[in-house]
Amino acid sequence: MEVTRLNNRAIDLIGAVADAIVENKEFLTSLDAAIGDADHGINMARGVEAVRAKVTAAPGADIGALLKTTGMTLISTVGGASGPLYGTAFMRAAGAAQGKTELDGETVKQMLAAAIQGIKDRGKAARGEKTMLDALEPAFDAFVESLEAQKPLVDCLEAATEAARQGVAFTKTIIATKGRASYLGERSLGHQDPGATSSTILLATITDFCRKAQ
Amino acid sequence: MVGIVIVSHSAKVAEGICDLAGQMARADQKILAAGGMADGSIGTDAVRVSEAIQAAWSDDGVLVLVDLGSAVLSTDMALELLDESMRAKVRVADAPILEGAISAVVEASVGSLLEQVLATAEGAREMRKIL
Repeated sequence: MEVTRLNNRAIDLIGAVADAIVENKEFLTSLDAAIGDADHGINMARGVEAVRAKVTAAPGADIGALLKTTGMTLISTVGGASGPLYGTAFMRAAGAAQGKTELDGETVKQMLAAAIQGIKDRGKAARGEKTMLDALEPAFDAFVESLEAQKPLVDCLEAATEAARQGVAFTKTIIATKGRASYLGERSLGHQDPGATSSTILLATITDFCRKAQ
Repeated sequence: MVGIVIVSHSAKVAEGICDLAGQMARADQKILAAGGMADGSIGTDAVRVSEAIQAAWSDDGVLVLVDLGSAVLSTDMALELLDESMRAKVRVADAPILEGAISAVVEASVGSLLEQVLATAEGAREMRKIL
């Protein structure tokens, strides 16, 4: 019974994430039009809609299974580089959440760490190259800092989201050296990174959902 | 014989390169296209790439040619979806996709080993067109 209840909530969370991405579809695409190939919002929206359909039809046994389905669906439906990047992130997070039907701060920390490492492995990128890592790594640091200060999970997530927002602002001030934006060189200055932005939307949505679910 | 897989954001590009490279191939040679998305849109799909590698598979291995950006990431992801034993005999060429594919098909058609087919595909980077 507990599993069913939690799965329902996890599916609701996936639905909230899908809604947030779809709402920001034009915004993300306009960011990508400035420094990329103008498809990030369209690609992400296609991916999250496919995830929503898939997990609703076959919810999976636990959070790990749900995240694995999410990752696999993203890699086969997004189409751009964010497909394998987010796909890897969710599949690695799935490994850290294997068999879990509820999450505590320590598990979420391990999931975030695994997801970020997955993105680094797949994209061969590091912080400071104007990618989603410029939002996610500061977010992880803020999460860990709050966790170590024994704050409740929602507060840790809020600190992470705030750090991610600052990370997005930081991406405006640096030149892209990875991905298609790197072809633009200095012309990428002044524009916020679409991947860092979509990562922050994901984090903010998860945080908002958890706060409301309290 | 080493199998060849062409990964492009565009299904038409991948199929066109297979058609063109196929002109240089032997009748039983496997040259598979993994282009675009299942719904026909532009993009790359790691699951399609991994299926193409399996379809092109023999014990001699498979060489994958890619276009840009997410084609590289999706292929990397596709390798992770394969069995360890299969993955050990797949190489991704750092080569221009069309010239590399034609070079690779010719090299594979004479029965060369995987590493030789890879080296020939990557050698296409130096190919001069106008002398």
